[in-house]
Amino acid sequence: MIFAAILAGGIGSRMGNLEKPKQYMFLGDKPIVLHTIEKFYVNPKFEKIMVLCPKKWINHTKDLISREMGEDHRIVVIEGGSTRNETIMNSIEYVEANYDVDESSIIVTHDSVRPFVTHRIIEENIKYALEYGACDTVVPATDTIVQSEDGDFIESIPNRAEIFHGQTPQSFKILKLKEFYSNLSTEERDILTDAAKIFTLNHEKVYMVDGDVTNIKITYPYDLKVADTMLKENKI
Amino acid sequence: MINTVYRLVAPKLFNSVYQDVDPNTSEVIVRPTHLSICKADERYYLGNRDPHILDEKLPMALIHEGIGTVVHDRSGEFKSGDTVVMIPNVPLEDDVVISENYLNSSKFRSSDFDGFLQEYVVTTADRVLKIDDINPYVAAFTELISVCLHAISRMDKFAHARRDTVGVWGDGNVGFITSLLLKARFPETEVIVFGRNPEKLSYFTFADETRIINEIPDDLKVDHAFECVGGIKSQSAIEQIIDHINPEGTISLLGVSEYSIPINTRMVLEKGIFLFGNSRSGKIDFERTLGLLNKNKEIVSYLENLVVEKVKIRNLEDIGDAFEKNLGIDFGKIILLWDK
Repeated sequence: MIFAAILAGGIGSRMGNLEKPKQYMFLGDKPIVLHTIEKFYVNPKFEKIMVLCPKKWINHTKDLISREMGEDHRIVVIEGGSTRNETIMNSIEYVEANYDVDESSIIVTHDSVRPFVTHRIIEENIKYALEYGACDTVVPATDTIVQSEDGDFIESIPNRAEIFHGQTPQSFKILKLKEFYSNLSTEERDILTDAAKIFTLNHEKVYMVDGDVTNIKITYPYDLKVADTMLKENKI
Repeated sequence: MINTVYRLVAPKLFNSVYQDVDPNTSEVIVRPTHLSICKADERYYLGNRDPHILDEKLPMALIHEGIGTVVHDRSGEFKSGDTVVMIPNVPLEDDVVISENYLNSSKFRSSDFDGFLQEYVVTTADRVLKIDDINPYVAAFTELISVCLHAISRMDKFAHARRDTVGVWGDGNVGFITSLLLKARFPETEVIVFGRNPEKLSYFTFADETRIINEIPDDLKVDHAFECVGGIKSQSAIEQIIDHINPEGTISLLGVSEYSIPINTRMVLEKGIFLFGNSRSGKIDFERTLGLLNKNKEIVSYLENLVVEKVKIRNLEDIGDAFEKNLGIDFGKIILLWDK
């Protein structure tokens, strides 16, 4: 069984608009999160598409989905956790409570604010999560990355050819993800900003799926302007 | 949902644009899988069209030959995962007399609006047909096959009953498919293929005879003929057909030309020749084509020989590369494996 978890837990502080999390802002004629949900919705391989959002936005999200997409049993809105990985664990909890999860069951996790994800990227996430147990979507770094612990002076400059930017989806075998997460100490969990790291900390391989530079994350107001421009470009 | 459309914005330059697609109002959404480049696409790619036509048509997604997988269906006629062939002609009215592909009001993909070079193709249930068990590389160019079959159906409708010998002028893809389908449709008819290139003619093993165009005996006559040459060479082909066709024969014109082709009307009149044009095809032709390909595996196996290369498309550069490769072949089809 294949599940999708759309992570819509952000509170939007980086968008400069605390009233409305960024995933609910409009891109074209509809909220960003709906564009993203629809991309998963048209892929028939997903048994269930879980949308995880802050508690106070659950009703709003449900209303948006039912108004724009009608009632559909393949989509469910559930509460996210306090961190990204706790949110993913909430989705796993939901799946385990409602389905007979087995060794081959996978979950495709995706940022709700990456609406430009493509069919190919989703398909390859499914394929490689099934094949390798875990995969992450990446694009080669074009900027040089510098490392600094104190934020004042450079400690090292990694070879750019070996550096990639992580995007989403990130996809995993559900039972493995749960097991590896439970193996981590509280300190290790605290420094996790990324679900793929749950696997690397457990010395497990994570396959890299080719992402796309257009699979942008709408984080800042500037990103929304770029996304809007991308979408308006087709008007000829 | 944001759908990516890959448009030709200027000769040899592709760009991606994004469209908002609403799955709740879209009847059928197809994910393209196997696409095929047509000569018409090649002309746009090279900019070999009148400049004002290019200005009017571009930017536009190319490709009107292809199959895909249904990912979303609101019509109730298809299941997710069904393999379908997509029909590029979209009629906007019903006409009991005129075929849909000749109606002025009809719209055609990769000519009047975006073709199949898209992440998803949004269409209607009447513009897709389910494919069961046909080689996908051949099914990719069902449209081209249906155009040839359409021309043969019209010849059958218009031509007089004597069909002992039919000539097909042109040793390219259209000549190959037309002569192959002619042989299947009229097994008793002697099919002679006329071409310039002996190597290309050697592929036409199913034909009764092949002839080099500058070595045709004066007394060789055909009852009916198909012109599958196109371009400026249509002129010499039609001239030769008029010389070698028996009185009251039909000439089916299939070759597209950007030029005005002069025709010796004096001899057309004298022989009572019936010339008619054929362009594109409609749903009925697609249905007949699929019926034929399903029933006749031998034809499919001949058509497999047309597939000269399969090119995986993962980025914009791959699209350009595939079109460049297409320029380099003078026989056969390049199939795009859509993985973008």
